Amino acid sequence: MSSENRKYKWVGTRQIRPDGHDKVTGRAKFGSDFSVSGMIHGRVLRSPHAHAVIKSIDTSEAEALNGVKAVITSKDFKDQSSELKAAGEGMINYRDMTRNIMAREKALYDGHAVAAVAATTAEIADAALELIKVDYEVLPHVIDVDEAMKDGAPILHEEMVPSGIEIGGPTNIAKFVEFSLGDTKKGFDEADIIIERSYKTEAVHQGYIEPHAVVASVTEDGQAQIWCCTQGQFQVRAFVAQLLGMPTSSIRVTPSEIGGGFGGKTVVYLEPLATLLSKKSGKPVKMTMTREEVFRASGPTSGGSMTYKIGAKKDGKITAVEGSNKLLAGAFSGAPAGPACMCAVAPYDIKNVYINGYDVVVNRPKVAAYRAPGAPISAFGAESIIDEVAKELGIDPLKIRKLNAAKKGTQAAYGPTFREIGYEETVDIAMGHDHYLAPLGPNQGRGVASGFWFNIGGESSATVNINEDGTAVVISGSPDIGGSRASLALMAAETLGIDYDKVRPIVADTASVGYNFVTGGSRVTFATGLAVVEAAKDAVRQLCERAAKIWEVDAEAVIWDDGHAKPASSNVGDFEPLSLSSLAGQANKTGGPICGHNAQNVQGAGPAFATHICDVEVDPETGNVTVLRYTAIQDVGRAIHPSYVEGQIQGGAAQGIGWALNEEYIYNSKGQLDNPGFLDYRIPVASDLPMIDAVIVEVPNDRHPYGVRGVGEVPIVPPMAAVANAIENATGVRMSALPMSPPRLLAALDQADVKEAAE
Amino acid sequence: MAKHHISMTLNGEPTEFLCSTRQTLLDVLRDELNLTGSKEGCASGDCGACSVMVDDRLVCSCLVLGAECDGKTVESIEGMADGENLHPLQQKFLEEAALQCGICTPGVLVAAKALLEKNNNPTETEVRYWLAGNLCRCTGYDKIVRAVMSTAADMRGDAK
Repeated sequence: MSSENRKYKWVGTRQIRPDGHDKVTGRAKFGSDFSVSGMIHGRVLRSPHAHAVIKSIDTSEAEALNGVKAVITSKDFKDQSSELKAAGEGMINYRDMTRNIMAREKALYDGHAVAAVAATTAEIADAALELIKVDYEVLPHVIDVDEAMKDGAPILHEEMVPSGIEIGGPTNIAKFVEFSLGDTKKGFDEADIIIERSYKTEAVHQGYIEPHAVVASVTEDGQAQIWCCTQGQFQVRAFVAQLLGMPTSSIRVTPSEIGGGFGGKTVVYLEPLATLLSKKSGKPVKMTMTREEVFRASGPTSGGSMTYKIGAKKDGKITAVEGSNKLLAGAFSGAPAGPACMCAVAPYDIKNVYINGYDVVVNRPKVAAYRAPGAPISAFGAESIIDEVAKELGIDPLKIRKLNAAKKGTQAAYGPTFREIGYEETVDIAMGHDHYLAPLGPNQGRGVASGFWFNIGGESSATVNINEDGTAVVISGSPDIGGSRASLALMAAETLGIDYDKVRPIVADTASVGYNFVTGGSRVTFATGLAVVEAAKDAVRQLCERAAKIWEVDAEAVIWDDGHAKPASSNVGDFEPLSLSSLAGQANKTGGPICGHNAQNVQGAGPAFATHICDVEVDPETGNVTVLRYTAIQDVGRAIHPSYVEGQIQGGAAQGIGWALNEEYIYNSKGQLDNPGFLDYRIPVASDLPMIDAVIVEVPNDRHPYGVRGVGEVPIVPPMAAVANAIENATGVRMSALPMSPPRLLAALDQADVKEAAE
Repeated sequence: MAKHHISMTLNGEPTEFLCSTRQTLLDVLRDELNLTGSKEGCASGDCGACSVMVDDRLVCSCLVLGAECDGKTVESIEGMADGENLHPLQQKFLEEAALQCGICTPGVLVAAKALLEKNNNPTETEVRYWLAGNLCRCTGYDKIVRAVMSTAADMRGDAK
């Protein structure tokens, strides 16, 4: 730990998380653990067709079944206009959202909701689903992004007008974006070598272990309570209010503990259905997705089809990059084409860049955010092709990255000029790491790759209440998805000057704290952390005022130091310092409760950079890849709770390894998902992985009181290319499509053998 | 159809319940006995979030019927701590941050305890293969594996 870290008493220490005991004893209440009395059960009827007109739905027999209390279809939701409306930081198209939660004119993917039932038991609800008669007219479907862009492809939305591009007639292209810097023609003219390649990545699911779950209860006077597992209770409130036409004040959303999200729980699926079923039945309604429903109808992130072209001088200096990223969006627009373009080569100082992106609809579930949305896809292309350049020029792959590294003052191709950043540090550490210098055995290879993610700020509100015994409660509205309560409590303890275990952080419902944007964008420890620090400072200001009152001096003459009010100088008077607990104990006599508040739209997120090193062993007989060793080096700004920072890095790397080696959706010829379960959609298990060495680099973000950058997302950006580069290093075979699963790699190895024999 | 009347020992206590034929042990624990510590991640035995012990055998409770449990001894996460004293694994998971979201944690702890009762000195590979049936999407398993091995060392009384 750096010496600078020791200037803090709590920040940077590894304390036990406040919610820990609940989570190791089974007490913690996750989404489906919640129940209320009188509750009934809701189930969803889903389309078995990838693309079909819904000609009619007959629910009469289901409604007549004993025990059924309510049945809903899209007719029960008012239609929404196709304009974009603000919701937190994002813009939402409610026309699409209402069609995604319940199919309207057409079913657009296997698993698309077409009706929902609430009944006294889940078994009766399931039986009722079988009594609903849907008359479908099955249409041709399209699953692949390249196919969807071809002339004559089945069109999902006849009326869709693409943004950013003019196309005569119906299209599946929802949006086109482009970013440029300098002059790529000039850059390629200057290059000694030019390489151009195509790449493909599969859509992958966030794979949270907790399926979506909700309990909704609407009273006769229209007041709704919703308990659900979500990354953003305020988003759930906004979406349900708009979709059901209810005033925001009549909806109170309480987030449960959340069993993973990774971006996939920033949207709604069941919440509006359960709320409407409750309204219609007059009873609280519980709904939980099965794992099959999670795979067929929620998430995933985009799959991509890319081309990258790169030019470089003999010394390794990259002179130009051109790229194109075609991302599948699922049934409605919203693929992260912009971030994919913006992040692809952001770790590098390249003067001439042109990158474009397409957001393309296909007959799959609508994509949701997944950890650095878009960036891992484009980085697979960019970081693979940089590796090829290094090999072609005979330059060490880390040296070429260092030679081209973005630094403070570098203008990124997507616009901004970087402030203090730590990318080059991650490369330097990688170059000197004993992992990078360790020998390799037969069939083994080593790959490296880097990654970038913006991180975000956004709206956060927090309250710090000083209790009468000198303890404090920190109230925030950011669901804690991986230890953020611990980091908020550490920063509050540091700012107040009291012990960590005297601070109790809670995650409040939408009626108990000001607005908070979702837990996402790696924003909570940064942005909500900043609001908590400011709220604690507000409490400190009030504590100083109380001391001033007691001492009968001006408030400005009192300073706060190590949990005590002290005279600013000896000129103020000779007063014994007053501790926080003594000021708290007499608060009623000095002006009443001491409550610090802060609410703001936080700016100044510090970008995150990472460099990963991966060793693999390839079994030439089977094509199986074993990851032998993995090191992930990341600039985190400041690690508030180093253990949970390491955890984010390790978890992100593990997800990236799964994306690289195994995870994919398998659709049959009818466009139905054939692997909607953990047995066939294979996320990494403990025996698939080695230890993941997380190396923390701290280049503080000057826009945060404790230097925090976001941490959670960038670790998933480098792994796919790091693994591919390692496989190439082991076998000489360059894999340009994910996943690099045994059958695919074996086929590529066999093809290489055939080619070699022919030459 | 009439419900089954089942008597079993649950976390050391004699326990009776009625269940339908189709209810799994996981359904019974969660819906009939109000013990929601065991989680349902898949209902197909793939994720291990519902791991419990039945007669000292580690099982996915989503793959066992409630009606099968007559006369059995069942231990779930709720029975792991001894009064106000956490089991050493629970304590170590807290100290070493071997959980993030915590949804897989009850199943991982039950499975890890079963391992240490069979083998008090597992290798890293043994821990990884033993826990291969307990999916965790947050941690990358690193801190989980380390916490299990360091608990084993503590329980053996190895010098640090």
